[in-house]
Amino acid sequence: MFDDFQEIFNTIKKNKLRTFLTGFSMAWGIFMLIVLLGAGNGIRNGVFHNFADRATNFMRIWPGRTAQAHGGLQAGRLIKLDSSDTWFLEKEFSEVYNVSPVINQYNKSFYYKGDYATGTLRGVLPNYTTIESVEIRAGNGRFINQADIRDKRKVIVLHARTARLLFKDENPLGKYITYDKVVYKVVGVYHDDNLSQTPVSCVPLTTAQQIHFPAQGYSTLNMLLDGLDTKAQNETFETELRASLGRKHKFNKEDKSAVYLYNVAREFLQFKGMFNAITLFIWIIGLGTLIAGVVGISNIMLITVKERTKEFGIRKAIGATPQSILRLVMTECLVITAFFGYLGMIAGIGLTELLNQLMGTPGAPASQEDMVLFTNPTVDLSIILAATLVLILAGLLAGYLPAKRAVQVKPIESLRYE
Amino acid sequence: MIKLENINKTYYNGAALHVLKGLNLHINQGEFVAIMGASGSGKSTLLNIVGILDDYDTGTYHLNGKLIRELSEKESAVYRNQTIGFVFQSFNLISFKTALENVALPLYYQGVRRKKRNATAMRYLERMGLAGWEDHLPSELSGGQKQRIAMARALVTNPRIILADEPTGALDSQTSVEVMHLLQEVNREGITVVMVTHNPEMAGMSQKIIHIRDGIIGSIEHNTQRHHV
Repeated sequence: MFDDFQEIFNTIKKNKLRTFLTGFSMAWGIFMLIVLLGAGNGIRNGVFHNFADRATNFMRIWPGRTAQAHGGLQAGRLIKLDSSDTWFLEKEFSEVYNVSPVINQYNKSFYYKGDYATGTLRGVLPNYTTIESVEIRAGNGRFINQADIRDKRKVIVLHARTARLLFKDENPLGKYITYDKVVYKVVGVYHDDNLSQTPVSCVPLTTAQQIHFPAQGYSTLNMLLDGLDTKAQNETFETELRASLGRKHKFNKEDKSAVYLYNVAREFLQFKGMFNAITLFIWIIGLGTLIAGVVGISNIMLITVKERTKEFGIRKAIGATPQSILRLVMTECLVITAFFGYLGMIAGIGLTELLNQLMGTPGAPASQEDMVLFTNPTVDLSIILAATLVLILAGLLAGYLPAKRAVQVKPIESLRYE
Repeated sequence: MIKLENINKTYYNGAALHVLKGLNLHINQGEFVAIMGASGSGKSTLLNIVGILDDYDTGTYHLNGKLIRELSEKESAVYRNQTIGFVFQSFNLISFKTALENVALPLYYQGVRRKKRNATAMRYLERMGLAGWEDHLPSELSGGQKQRIAMARALVTNPRIILADEPTGALDSQTSVEVMHLLQEVNREGITVVMVTHNPEMAGMSQKIIHIRDGIIGSIEHNTQRHHV
C-alpha cells in the first residue's frame, strides 16, 4: 500500500504541469463556488440582519380620524382604542396573539439633578419585549412586570442612551428622575438596536394611562400574528380586521384613515420572496461554476489518460495488470483532486472569513442610513464538502472511463500509440 | 520452450490482412534465434504473439508447456512479468522515471519491497555498465545507454526468455555490436533469446536464423560458428 503511494507520488512529482492543471481547475472551482455563495449569503444575511431582534410577524394599529360619515355619525370623529379592543382583537381573530398596547408621550424631557434629556415616555405591558427589541444586560435591573401594572407603580426602565446622558458613570438603578413633573424610580436600563431615533423609556401602561392620558385611549396596539404565510392571507386578514373594527367603532371599513395599519409581516414576506429569488440566482451561478469545474477536470483527465496510453502499454508489457494501472490512475486523480480541493476550500473559506472580519457582523447599525448590506459572507461547510465531493467524483469518473478503455486494449496497441 | 503450431493471424484494418498463415515454430530452452524477413512478412507479429502482447486467431501456442490461449489480461500480465523480458527498438522507457526506477518497475509489479528492488535494479545496471547513470532520465542518455537500460529492465526479473524487437534498429553500428554482445552474454547464461532484425550482420551473431516469407517459415539457417563482428 505504502509502495503504491510512493509510486503515485513519484508520478505526481515528475508531472508537475499536469498535476498543477488538474489541481488548479479543482481548486478554482471550489474557490469560486465558495466566494460566490459567500457573497450571496453575505447580502442576504446583511438585509435580514436589519430585521434582527425584532419580531418579523408583528402588526401595529393606531387610531385616526374618520374621513367619511358612517352610520349616522359625522366625519372627522376621533377613534379611540382602549383595553376593550385588546380583548376584542384576540377574541375575533385566531391569528392575533400577544396584543401589546402602548401609550406614547412625546416631546418632554427627563430630569435628573439638573441634567436633562429629551425622550419619549412609553407606557407598556410586560409583553412589550416579545415585539420590540429590548435587551436588559446583566446588572442593568429589570423590565416592567405585572406587579408594576397592577399597582400602577411609578417606575421607569430607561433607554441606555437616556441613562448615559443623565447619569454619566453613576449607577441609575434605584435613583429618581422626573418626566413631565412626575417622579419615577429607575428599575432598569435597556439596550436596543435603535441608535438614531428618539430614545424611548418605558413605564407601566396603567401608570401612563392614569397620569398622562386618563381620557384618551392607547396610542398604538402592537400584536403578533400567526399563520399568515402568504401575501393574500395577509391582505384578507387586514380587510377583515378593518371591517371588524369598523363594526365595533362604527366607521366604514373602506375608511383607511379611521385606523392605520402597519403590517411588518407582509413587508418581511416581500423581502423574503425577493431574497429567495436572489438565493436561487446565486445557486444557479454556483452550479454553473461547479459544472465548469467538472468539465475542466474531465477534460484534463481525458487528456492525461490519452497522453499516458503508451506508458500504460509499457507498464503492461513489463507485467502490470489492468487493475493495477487503473488503481494507479484513480488514486492519483483522487489524491490530486482531494488535495487541491482542500486548498481551494481553505482559500475560499479564508477569503470569506477575511471579508467577514473586515465588514464585520455589526452589533447594530450606527444610524438609519447605515443599514447593513453585507454580513457574515460565509457558506455552510456541508455545502462546501458536497461540492468538493462532486468535483472529486467527476474527476474520478472522467479518469475512469477512458482509463478503463485504455487498459483493456492489447498492450501492443498501446505501445504503438504515439 | 516455445512451441507454435499452425498459427494464423489476420489484421482487420479496413481490409483484412492475413499476416501469419499457419506458422509452425519450435524454439528450445537456451537458444539464440534471429527472425528475419521483409517488412510486412509478419516477423514482428510473430514476436508479439510469442510475447503475449497480441493474440492469434487459430492454432496453438505453448509457452513452457502451458497453452497460451484467451488468457485474461491479468494472467498474461503475470506471464509477461515472470517469464519474458522485452527489448524494443524504440526502448520504451518511461520518460519521467530515472534509469533506476525504470529498471526496478517490473519488480514493483512483482510486489518486491522498494529497498530490495532498487538494490536488484542497481546490480543489473552495473552489469550493463551503467553504474553512475542510475539517477538520469532517459532523455539525458544516449541511444546505446537507453537500450542497455531496457535490457537491464528486461533481465531484472530473471526471465526465461528475452524477446528483442529490432534491438539495434535505432543504434549506430558500434553500439549495436555492444548490445549484441550483451545479448550473447545473456544467452550464455541459459536464457532463450528471440530477436527480430532485418540486419544480416546482427542476425549472424545468433545461433539460428529463421527466415519468414509470406507468413510462414521460409527457411532455417544454423550458424555453426558465431560471428564476432
